Amino acid sequence: MQPDMVSKVKNHPKYRELIAKRTVFSWILTLIMCSIYYGFILLVAFDKEFLKTPIASGSIITIGIPLGVVVILSAFLLTGIYTWRANGTFDDLTREIKKDVQ
Amino acid sequence: MRNLTLFGILTTLLLSASVVIGAGVDLGQVQKQEVNLSAIMMFLLFVSGTLGITYWAAQRTKTAKDFYTAGGGITGFQNGLAIAGDYMSAASFLGISGLVYGSGYDGLIFSIGWLVGWPVILFMVAEQLRNLGKYTFADVASYRLGQTPIRSMAACGSLVTVLLYLIAQMVGAGQLIQLLFGLEYWIAVVLVGVLMILYVTFGGMLATTWVQIIKAILLLVGATFMAFMVLKEVGFSFEALFTKAVAIHKKHDAIMGPGGLVTDPLSAISLGLGLMFGTAGLPHILMRFFTVSDAKEARKSVFYATGFIGYFYILTFIIGFGAILLVSTNPAYFSDFVAGKLKGGGNMPAIHLAHAVGGDIFLGFISAVAFATILAVVSGLTLAGASAVSHDLYANVFRRGRVDEAQEMRVSKMATIALGILAIILGIQFEKQNVAFMVYLAFTVAASANFPVLFLSIYWSKLTTRGAFIGGFIGLITALGLVIVGPTVWEDTLGFAKGSAPFQYKFPAIFSMTAGFISIWFFSITDSSARAKEDIAGFEAQDIRCQTGIGADGAVDH
Repeated sequence: MQPDMVSKVKNHPKYRELIAKRTVFSWILTLIMCSIYYGFILLVAFDKEFLKTPIASGSIITIGIPLGVVVILSAFLLTGIYTWRANGTFDDLTREIKKDVQ
Repeated sequence: MRNLTLFGILTTLLLSASVVIGAGVDLGQVQKQEVNLSAIMMFLLFVSGTLGITYWAAQRTKTAKDFYTAGGGITGFQNGLAIAGDYMSAASFLGISGLVYGSGYDGLIFSIGWLVGWPVILFMVAEQLRNLGKYTFADVASYRLGQTPIRSMAACGSLVTVLLYLIAQMVGAGQLIQLLFGLEYWIAVVLVGVLMILYVTFGGMLATTWVQIIKAILLLVGATFMAFMVLKEVGFSFEALFTKAVAIHKKHDAIMGPGGLVTDPLSAISLGLGLMFGTAGLPHILMRFFTVSDAKEARKSVFYATGFIGYFYILTFIIGFGAILLVSTNPAYFSDFVAGKLKGGGNMPAIHLAHAVGGDIFLGFISAVAFATILAVVSGLTLAGASAVSHDLYANVFRRGRVDEAQEMRVSKMATIALGILAIILGIQFEKQNVAFMVYLAFTVAASANFPVLFLSIYWSKLTTRGAFIGGFIGLITALGLVIVGPTVWEDTLGFAKGSAPFQYKFPAIFSMTAGFISIWFFSITDSSARAKEDIAGFEAQDIRCQTGIGADGAVDH
């Protein structure tokens, strides 16, 4: 990449906006995924009894089962949220930057 | 000429396969199943179909870009399916459903660990890989760093990961095929090795991708049917499914919560770290992001892949419980019913369940799918290993980038054949070993060497060549070393006394990842060489390309 291209992109206001938005967004989502997963793992390690509690009195299904399914669904949901926003907002910003500098 | 050769090999292979099947009939070893005719028919159908695709792909594989990345023209949806096909190994289908069958809830804990790496890949490395790399993840790691040391390091990390994973797959393949098709172990291993060499050398990434897509669809359809039949059996009531399973299972209601898989919090976190960040450091997975045209398609790939893999893990959970109901109660599936010994061992509940819900024909289908699964995974692994040899070691380290494409592709094909033969030899060597730990070891190495180098090269401006080189190797050696002196290898495999292992944790990722990251950091900040200044100065331009994709290769349409 040419040095003048680097400074052109770097000083583009939309570029700063893109970096700020995407960095915050991807770290927040990573943090959410890690809290959900490691929260679940710590429950497994520290409070097995909680996970073995029935979801309703008389039910055989324990809290652990819907909780595990929720962890799986949340992984899918979070990738969906990121893809949707990145393919929309972030790609729009990128396109505008590219149009301006090229 | 090449097409003629391929046809020749194809015919020979099909002929030898039928000879081999004929020979398998009268080999009455205790462990082996009787020959399953419908399984063999469906397997031959799959093999001839995929060889047909390889023939088609071979005509479209002309350049290095075609060979390594299928020309970069795979769509996000196709790539998502192929990633799922690459990732849902026989170990996860048979292993997790077997774990659910044996311990219930613990199987779910394991499968969740295998899934949660995907969102992290999407948020942190997927589009960055697409924007910075060409064929291998070493392209990204060495983008602004010294080519020779970083590519050598990344190639070592890739090859170690690939070989460990490959051994586990080959041994699994041999044992499974021996059971399902009544073939000799070594014949099964050779068959897998030869087919995989054919797919990869002739069809490159395009054939590998389609083998993975077809396998993913077959596996998802098969598993869906099994889960549906299980739920139909209990009138579509989970309450009924679990009630019956608890009544039948010898551990009773213990199967409804966490058991012995995770004992202490440190091991739990360490296991999780290894699975989560190991996924983000597997070279055959990372390579898949170069097959799509741009960042948008790279993101879509992960979204679809996460959906398919998550859905598949939910199915395996239902399948495991279904096997408790329908397999554990039927003496026909046991070699010793009283002692609870399943025919074929602890990984077989899903296979027996296929028979219980769909008879011989469906058993044949699932057996063929299990074999297809192994073929798809080993092909992806071999292609990633061959790329590390030809693109990183040969073209960029040995020849310093001064090499023409045709020569690089020739080396790549030779590397594929060499890796295939090596995999066959290792597969036969390790027949009697317990190789289950090797998959986890591959993940640990990927998380401790490949991932830190890749991650820091993308995000940390002060990373230097020295830091990445020394730190990457420290991560690699720590991961290997701690597994060897840990209980799994020291006590279970090498046979030293229980409790004698110098390192008492089964899952060392938390230590080896820390060692990798800290030493990369330390050897970078203390680096004041001229090279280090160049490395740091290169970050800005790299970051702009990484963030916007300006300068990244466009797609070539097929």
